[in-house]
Amino acid sequence: MMHFTLPMFGPILPELLVLAGALALLLLGAMRGEKAVGIIDMAAVVILLIAAVLVIFEPGTRTEAFSGSFVIDNFSRFMKGLVLIGSASAVVMSIDFFRAKHIRRFEFGILVLTSTAGMMVMVSARDLVMLYLGLELMSLSLYVIASIDRDNLRSTEAGLKYFVLGALSSGMLLYGASLIYGFTGTVTFAGVAEAVKQSAPIGLIFGLVFLFTGLAFKVSAVPFHMWTPDVYEGAPTPVTAFFSAAPKVAAIALFLRAALDAFPTIVPQWQQIIIFISIASMILGAFAAIGQRNIKRLMAYSSIGHVGYALIGLAAGTAQGVQGVLVYMAIYVAMTLGTFACILAMRRKSGMVEEIDQLAGLARTQPIVAMFFGALLFSLAGIPPLAGFFAKFYVFLAAIDAKLYALAVIGVVTSVVGAYYYLRIVKIMYMDEPADAFLPMPNGLRVILGVFGLFTILFFVYPSPLVAAAEAAAKSLF
Amino acid sequence: MDALLQDYLPVVIFIGVALFIGLALLISPFLLAFSKPDPEKLSAYECGFNAFDDARMKFDVRFYLVAILFIIFDLEVAFLFPWAITFGELGALGFWSMMVFLAVLTIGFIYEWRKGALDWD
Repeated sequence: MMHFTLPMFGPILPELLVLAGALALLLLGAMRGEKAVGIIDMAAVVILLIAAVLVIFEPGTRTEAFSGSFVIDNFSRFMKGLVLIGSASAVVMSIDFFRAKHIRRFEFGILVLTSTAGMMVMVSARDLVMLYLGLELMSLSLYVIASIDRDNLRSTEAGLKYFVLGALSSGMLLYGASLIYGFTGTVTFAGVAEAVKQSAPIGLIFGLVFLFTGLAFKVSAVPFHMWTPDVYEGAPTPVTAFFSAAPKVAAIALFLRAALDAFPTIVPQWQQIIIFISIASMILGAFAAIGQRNIKRLMAYSSIGHVGYALIGLAAGTAQGVQGVLVYMAIYVAMTLGTFACILAMRRKSGMVEEIDQLAGLARTQPIVAMFFGALLFSLAGIPPLAGFFAKFYVFLAAIDAKLYALAVIGVVTSVVGAYYYLRIVKIMYMDEPADAFLPMPNGLRVILGVFGLFTILFFVYPSPLVAAAEAAAKSLF
Repeated sequence: MDALLQDYLPVVIFIGVALFIGLALLISPFLLAFSKPDPEKLSAYECGFNAFDDARMKFDVRFYLVAILFIIFDLEVAFLFPWAITFGELGALGFWSMMVFLAVLTIGFIYEWRKGALDWD
């Protein structure tokens, strides 16, 4: 007779809250239909914020649950907080957009909740099975969200493309995971690390490469970025905003934990992979965005470039590097959500516009929005004293301390090249003859833009709380 | 490590045997069978009458939906059988795990019902 004791549910309370909330709201939506969409969107935001509070005020001690396959530490608290803030903001940003386009569906809020639960599992995953579970829960919800505007050809195409390429990447990741399991005989990161310490046969390295390939797909790092511009352009704009914030954070978190927790003794083996995809992402992000006329496509290439910068910190393979990645992701989420709030405000009576030229003369028609948008673009380009500069500063510093001089130099050069296309938008807003004015910005977007815009502009005044939290989080991986 | 790989030896043997039988059955007709085709032998066979349509026609997309919904509940039963067999040993955790699983599926079922996924028209 075997004995099973009840596992501890305390550590997974935020995840349980998000999942139970999603189920309850699904039931409500099924009963009340589209009439309940307003309540469901509000409830989804409230649930995400409560979960964020729970995560942030969890005791800072390291806790393991489910035989060590799920872990709560400072790292998971930091990343989960970011994921939850990103998801909640995306829901707030979506409300006015979907109402104006008459495609409000109550499933959107629920799918954001389920995908967020998946992301939280990813951040805390400490074995290959839990990793895959979280990744698929997130990805399956994201595929549906991409084609939420189901009568629009481009949205459904985005969803299908994302699904096919995402399934391909999941297949590669699983193949890598099965090789790692085959060569180490365990799925837990701690067990894999123990086995790797003794010997790292070529088959295991092979599995590691496939695992990283799957993860690089999810963070859209070059050369696995092909889906990003098409999906970002085709999906409805609030969905693009959601995709570029929370899932990226979760995938980067998974990347960091898988690399540093499971393979700490063979850093040189995977460092060269990370250096390559980091350089390739930075270069492609800088050059491919120059010719873009659609602002969502431009943001897609921008996000590819930013992932490249963030991966510099992982390439360093030190606690300082991880701290750089965490600071980078926090600032990136703020910058990108603020920018998307501006993009979502590009609406005239005739409908949404997405061409960069339509922003002409925004400084004269909507000076405050243009001021924030300009500041966010300067920050994305990495110009001091805005937050984006500090984000790049920390990862470059970590790269130099790890003696990766070439990586740091290429990073600086590509951010100079990248500055061109950000500054071109500022030039169009401030120096070109005004086009027709946009409709006034909805209140939800104003709040998002105000919060993240002010964060970006005023970060340099008081950076220590974020930097200290990132430092504590980075230490828990070493 | 080697002991671990040796555990997989039966699987390798099984794959080898399956491969051998499969290939043998595929290849042997070409080598052994008597072959004298005529148009009647080569035409599609459909329950004794002449084929009246191409097999690669368009299906109603609703079949696809029904198939997907079927798979979910099919899997549910696939989980229920081993659970029911070992129920005596699973205790409270096993019971409540399955209840939670069934509750989640039931919520999904209510959703698809209310959404009209089960109506044919």
